[in-house]
Amino acid sequence: MQPIRHISSRTVVLPSTNIDTDQIIPARFLRTTTRDGLGRQLFADWRYDADGALKPEFALNRPEAAGCAVLVAGRNFGCGSSREHAPWALLDYGFRAVISTEIADIFRSNSLKNGLLPVQVDDTTGQWLLDHAGVTVSIDIANRTLLLPEGRAVQFPLEGFARYCLLNGVDELGFLLARGEQISAYERGALQ
Amino acid sequence: MFQKIWEQHEVVPETPETPAVLYVDRHLTHEVTSPQAFTVLRERGLKVRRPDRTLATIDHSSPTRSDQIFGGVPIAIESAASQIAQLQKNCAEFGVELLDLKSDQRGIVHIIGPEFGFTQPGLTIVCGDSHTSTHGAFGALAFGIGSTEVGHVFATQCLLQRRPRTFAITVNGSLSPGVTAKDLILSIIGEIGIGGGTGCVLEYRGAVMRSLSMEERMTVCNMSIEAGARAGMIAPDETTYSYLKGRPRAPHGDAWERALERWQQLPSDAGASFDREVTLDGSKLEPMITYGTNPGMVIAVSGSIPDRHDDPVFDQALAYMGLTAGAPIGGQPVNVVFIGSCTNGRLSDLRSAAQLLRGHRIARGVRALVVPGSQQVKKAAEAEGLDRIFIAAGAEWRESGCSMCIGMNGDTVASGEYSISTSNRNFEGRQGPGARTLLASPLTAAASAVRGQVTDPREFLNG
Repeated sequence: MQPIRHISSRTVVLPSTNIDTDQIIPARFLRTTTRDGLGRQLFADWRYDADGALKPEFALNRPEAAGCAVLVAGRNFGCGSSREHAPWALLDYGFRAVISTEIADIFRSNSLKNGLLPVQVDDTTGQWLLDHAGVTVSIDIANRTLLLPEGRAVQFPLEGFARYCLLNGVDELGFLLARGEQISAYERGALQ
Repeated sequence: MFQKIWEQHEVVPETPETPAVLYVDRHLTHEVTSPQAFTVLRERGLKVRRPDRTLATIDHSSPTRSDQIFGGVPIAIESAASQIAQLQKNCAEFGVELLDLKSDQRGIVHIIGPEFGFTQPGLTIVCGDSHTSTHGAFGALAFGIGSTEVGHVFATQCLLQRRPRTFAITVNGSLSPGVTAKDLILSIIGEIGIGGGTGCVLEYRGAVMRSLSMEERMTVCNMSIEAGARAGMIAPDETTYSYLKGRPRAPHGDAWERALERWQQLPSDAGASFDREVTLDGSKLEPMITYGTNPGMVIAVSGSIPDRHDDPVFDQALAYMGLTAGAPIGGQPVNVVFIGSCTNGRLSDLRSAAQLLRGHRIARGVRALVVPGSQQVKKAAEAEGLDRIFIAAGAEWRESGCSMCIGMNGDTVASGEYSISTSNRNFEGRQGPGARTLLASPLTAAASAVRGQVTDPREFLNG
């Protein structure tokens, strides 16, 4: 994983609450054995009509959404299935961060392991962002700060180890493998 | 209980800087979320650390038509066939036991774990599937993980985890006739909301939970994730032990006695405190059904769709469902009935649906699919003649798998059609693009199949 320190981008807004991972990437696209190229299927049933043509009214399909790397969504984003294909699809499409007032547990964990930043904000900030699509925001990972236009800074929670891994491009598997001796000792001692 | 299991599995306790290194006792895996994890092992020259603690099966993308499993007919969906072939190759290469396509022990991963006795109290159990919460019914700490974490468990048998909060859900009283475990968990989700359990492990307690069979407890714990909780647990008791005794992978002989002694220490001490608590009166619960596009949008089958003025997201959900605020849900015509899934695909579920369907015909124009949760469930159901009841009523009887719950294996609901389904998710498109899913119990699904419209099963129970 590459180190990430800052993300700065205009936002694209999906105001729906409880956007589940079946919407982020429908199950019929999970019959793959790689993690590549899933961006094409991101929000497939919202982005394309039955004939596969882009729906012009969907937020991601509007011209002003081009190049946006920050997605703002309604409460409880990423609920449902544990499919890591959801953050893979968001990243492959070009998103680097998701902002919501609540982010589902497994989606959050999967996102952090792939360098997609989940940013959980208070209700007032969340509503302001939903109401102001297209503003430029800046995210400082080291300081856990979301910078809004006009200089307002909002703190967001980011677990310490996840923050360290993002900033340093550290791979959690390497960290676990380095604990091999402790794992062996546990297996000798604690296992029935 | 959660705390005891967590502490027993800390290889390295958590600190402010680092999460706990948590040992995983049992790892279940399947064809959809494992291929990318095996690729990581291959790229980094790693092995599966504990193949003896790992069990693979094929369920999500496998077809349920007998000819494609046993009859030599190729699997209709090419990408499903290649995903299955990839799992077969990966398991052979890394020495992981696979309950393969033709195995009589194959089935949905959350059905076979308990059936095998692979699932036991006090264990940590993970799987690359959010419904891993099912196994918590045995007093295990069981939760779903992503594919990167599947790779972590393959390589190290451990996960990096922060300790979640605890949330006790107590259900007192007793359930009325016609009210099932499915109605209970749908009521709980309706009560706390689909994000209500986020960051928490749920512990289900109270007289109603004690009275449930293991299969019913699994239905409850299965849908913990639909309330946002990664795990749900029920303390083990005599019901748990008698379910497990004699199962192939359960301890035997002296080992059984020692295990029993450990398991009896697991239940939370009297006066244990939880970060959050909610209490429900089980006697007041009714058969439930969803009307919207997430499992929290749920009402009594006898009730009406709520009206939430000025909520565009709510209106959007009703528009997708083609339903009207204020209208009763009873009488809503259905096109498809699906009985199965890791929520309600066990023998007792099939028995309750068959009991209602016996001597009835499924309404004209309604397509009903009954999919046993495992090949063992299928065999047991056939031994009792349940398959003949379903077929006589006009339903299709299939091989085991996730089937219409996830619609990625050839079993789908057409756009615009209404499906009354015993599965766990009514998200937009879950059963196929444009499909409209109403979640309910096997009893409600069977009653609705007979009438061709949403029907309160108590109308049948009352004669």
